[in-house]
Amino acid sequence: MPMDFEMPHVRQFRPPGVNPRVVLRIVAIIAAVVLLFTTWFTIDPEEAGLVMRFGRFARQVPSGLHMKLPYPLETVVKVPVERQLKEEFGFRTADATGARTTYSAEDLSAESLMLTGDLNVAVVEWTAQFRVREPYKYLFKVRNVRKTFRDMNETVMREVVGDRSVNEVLTVGRQEIAAEVEQRLQALCDQYENGIKVEQIVLQDVNPPDPVKPSFNEVNQAQQEREKLINQARADYNQIIPRARGQAQQTVEQAQGFATDRVNRARGDAELFIQVHAAYQRAPEVTRRRMYLETMSVIYPKVKRKVVLDESLKGVLPLLSLQNPTEVKP
Amino acid sequence: MRQTRLIVVAVVAVVLLAVLSSAFYTVKETEQVVITQFGKPVGKPVTTPGLKVKMPFVQIAHAFEKRFMEWDGDPNQIPTKDKRFIWVDSYARWRITDPLLFFQRLQNEGGAQSRLDDILDGETRNTIAKHELIDVVRSTNRPFVVAEDVAELSQPEAAERVEFGRDKLTNEVLQNARRRTGDLGIEILDFRIKQINYVNEVRQEVYARMISERKRIAERYRSEGAGEAARIAGEKERELRVIESEAYRQAQEIRGKADAEASTIYAAAYNRDPDFYRFLKSMGTLEESFDADTLLLLSTDSELLKYLNAAR
Repeated sequence: MPMDFEMPHVRQFRPPGVNPRVVLRIVAIIAAVVLLFTTWFTIDPEEAGLVMRFGRFARQVPSGLHMKLPYPLETVVKVPVERQLKEEFGFRTADATGARTTYSAEDLSAESLMLTGDLNVAVVEWTAQFRVREPYKYLFKVRNVRKTFRDMNETVMREVVGDRSVNEVLTVGRQEIAAEVEQRLQALCDQYENGIKVEQIVLQDVNPPDPVKPSFNEVNQAQQEREKLINQARADYNQIIPRARGQAQQTVEQAQGFATDRVNRARGDAELFIQVHAAYQRAPEVTRRRMYLETMSVIYPKVKRKVVLDESLKGVLPLLSLQNPTEVKP
Repeated sequence: MRQTRLIVVAVVAVVLLAVLSSAFYTVKETEQVVITQFGKPVGKPVTTPGLKVKMPFVQIAHAFEKRFMEWDGDPNQIPTKDKRFIWVDSYARWRITDPLLFFQRLQNEGGAQSRLDDILDGETRNTIAKHELIDVVRSTNRPFVVAEDVAELSQPEAAERVEFGRDKLTNEVLQNARRRTGDLGIEILDFRIKQINYVNEVRQEVYARMISERKRIAERYRSEGAGEAARIAGEKERELRVIESEAYRQAQEIRGKADAEASTIYAAAYNRDPDFYRFLKSMGTLEESFDADTLLLLSTDSELLKYLNAAR
């Protein structure tokens, strides 16, 4: 080594206690370490690495351990391509680490307040979930990608909400709005070449503005009230009508019973008469007398007071005190 | 001797290093570079990234952004054609298309941003003032989807037609602004309205309107409820009457028919011998109507007692 040759001269100037050989060795080791550490690099599972040679994009590498030329020649930029990224509008998650997510209290109404197509105002909060699909575009096509992406979100959401009525935004249109924003936003991302894939637009709270809220609640309340009144009336109806139906059925059944009874009795009576009459016809005179006398023989024993009047005795009637109602049989 | 040689080597090395570092420069993916020689632009702008060579010391490399950049407008209070005051916040995207021209006209990004402020703010104001508010808010005449139960309650404003629409409006701003930035070496790619809001006083009015509208709907629900309840109650009354009277009618009919049938049967039987029937019925009635309290005055002329006399 040429160093050995110059050693005696250097030794003359050396500070006491320091061996130049050691110094050189240390420098060599440091250089080697720097070289080594800038020659290999690791890419995490959710990332992709973009290697630049003299500032020019050279290659893209997947996750794992990779080699490159040492520092000044090649540099590497990591982009989380697999991670789902999120932007929030109208609210900010302050802490999502615990079981209960807390939201920051700052006023972000400027982000969420928007005009609807019927010139009313609605407060729409949403999140945009996205991924970096093309890291090259993401890094090199658009400056301040995240900020631009936020602007795009706000614009598209307002365009979509601006074409809908406040009722639609607050009630039936939620799903549709999210879907349309997603689609339009993706189209805009493609147009801007920012390499972003919009995964999902999630509408969070969609509300009327605070001062208007109570009156919206009032509408809900009135709706409930309406249902209540109607239900009460229905209950009343259901309480009365089926019972009345049953009672009506009962009335009809009773009448039918009566009818059957009446007809049967008539038939029985008629049959009896026919039979008796048939017998009577065989010897009318005798039968008639017999029947009369039989009746009398039933009646007479039942009656306790009996007065027998002779034709020849007149004027006896006034003498009888007739307190009780009497039957007179001539 | 050896020391002098060492110094010379060191000096040469330093000079060489300086020359090399001045001759080579890197252009990043995000950059484009204009080379000037004593302040005068030389050659074409360098737009491809990588390691490049220039003349050391006499030439200077000026790097400019190659990516799309954002322009964020200041929220502006603007009256629309129908005299409504709104806050408009817009953004645009632009890029340097001709770095040389850009360098000459605007020097740097700061210059560009303030120029864009002038142009875009002005154009926004002009364009919005020419159109009605609804044209700023809506893009199409898409009919609103209305929930069934509020169908009749939708406000008249919903019917307001869009003459122009937001898309066309922002496009107009864009075209006008492009015309004015053509000679600045920049290109505006897109201009959009980010936020539109009512100024405070107008907002209060809008809120008041929304509240009264809701109240109207609430009242409607309430009266609908009461009306429906009354209708059901009426229906109940009616049905009750129908059911009861129908049952009565049927019962009477059945009874009547039975009576008629019974009469027919009786008549058919008794008509064989009305006289005998009368006799038979009288006997039956007699039997039933006499009891212990009856006072019986009997004439000796009667059928039974005539033999009493006869015997005497």
